[in-house]
Amino acid sequence: MKFKSRSDEKVEMQLTSMIDVIFLLLIFFVMTFKISAQEGDFNIRMPIGGGAGAADTTNLPIKLRLRSNTDGELVDIVVDDSRSFGNDFGKLRAFILQQTGGDAPPSPEQGPEVEIDLDYNLRYSHVISAISTVTGQRQGDQIQRLVERIKFAPPRKPQ
Amino acid sequence: MALKSKFGAKAAEGDMTAMIDMVFQLIIFFMVLINFSQDDQNQAIKLPTSELAKPAETPLENPIVLNLAFNGNIYLGAETATIAGLRPLLELEANVLKSNGKSAKDANVIIRADGNTAGGMVQELIKKCQESGYEKFALRAKEEIGQ
Repeated sequence: MKFKSRSDEKVEMQLTSMIDVIFLLLIFFVMTFKISAQEGDFNIRMPIGGGAGAADTTNLPIKLRLRSNTDGELVDIVVDDSRSFGNDFGKLRAFILQQTGGDAPPSPEQGPEVEIDLDYNLRYSHVISAISTVTGQRQGDQIQRLVERIKFAPPRKPQ
Repeated sequence: MALKSKFGAKAAEGDMTAMIDMVFQLIIFFMVLINFSQDDQNQAIKLPTSELAKPAETPLENPIVLNLAFNGNIYLGAETATIAGLRPLLELEANVLKSNGKSAKDANVIIRADGNTAGGMVQELIKKCQESGYEKFALRAKEEIGQ
């Protein structure tokens, strides 16, 4: 008697349900995918007493006054109530480089401190530009840190 | 006489291997790129840009994300408040920290404010947080592309 060998038969898996689930997963990931620019933080330490970090009475903060017009646009940058840079952040950076000598502070709690005093209406994007300018500068892929200690003066009344 | 069809009984089957390989690769690509940490971000807020805004190498400890919209509304998780009405939410967060053996001083308040918001509003927000005992703040900005 002759038996038919089973080895010739092809064993087939039922793939339909697996493919369905895989396509559902794929659709989920495609729909939730979102391209967005990276975000970073500017760290500020401001205890309620006012001074940022360890108080250093011998080293007064650099006062940075940001004036705005009624539309919230930056019109003037004044440093220490004496030097006016218009709305030129380049001049402000040159001043900060002169003050710091282009050296990074030894630690985030040390080095010069900047106190930002702004008009209430000034757009927040200008505030971030000012913080960017004093915090450091980009050199290629590297970031040169200049000032780590930043604090805000008490808020002014809305105009 | 009944004739047996040559093809009738067999279903036509294509080779699915290549397609499944491809689909798996696509799934892996999207899974790797998906970013669940962006769940706390309010997409209605247009962050200001900065050339120095780089993601931190280590995530901030005990983060509390406050989204400040142009109209002055503050979004903290699923809750919405104004600056004047923020205190109960901040104290609730402080109580959660206390139950974990931490205090408000250990928290990092991440402020995601719209670029067109009045800067004074951000100052008021910081002041309100200070009154609830928070000390550490992080002003969030978007990386400036093309610098």
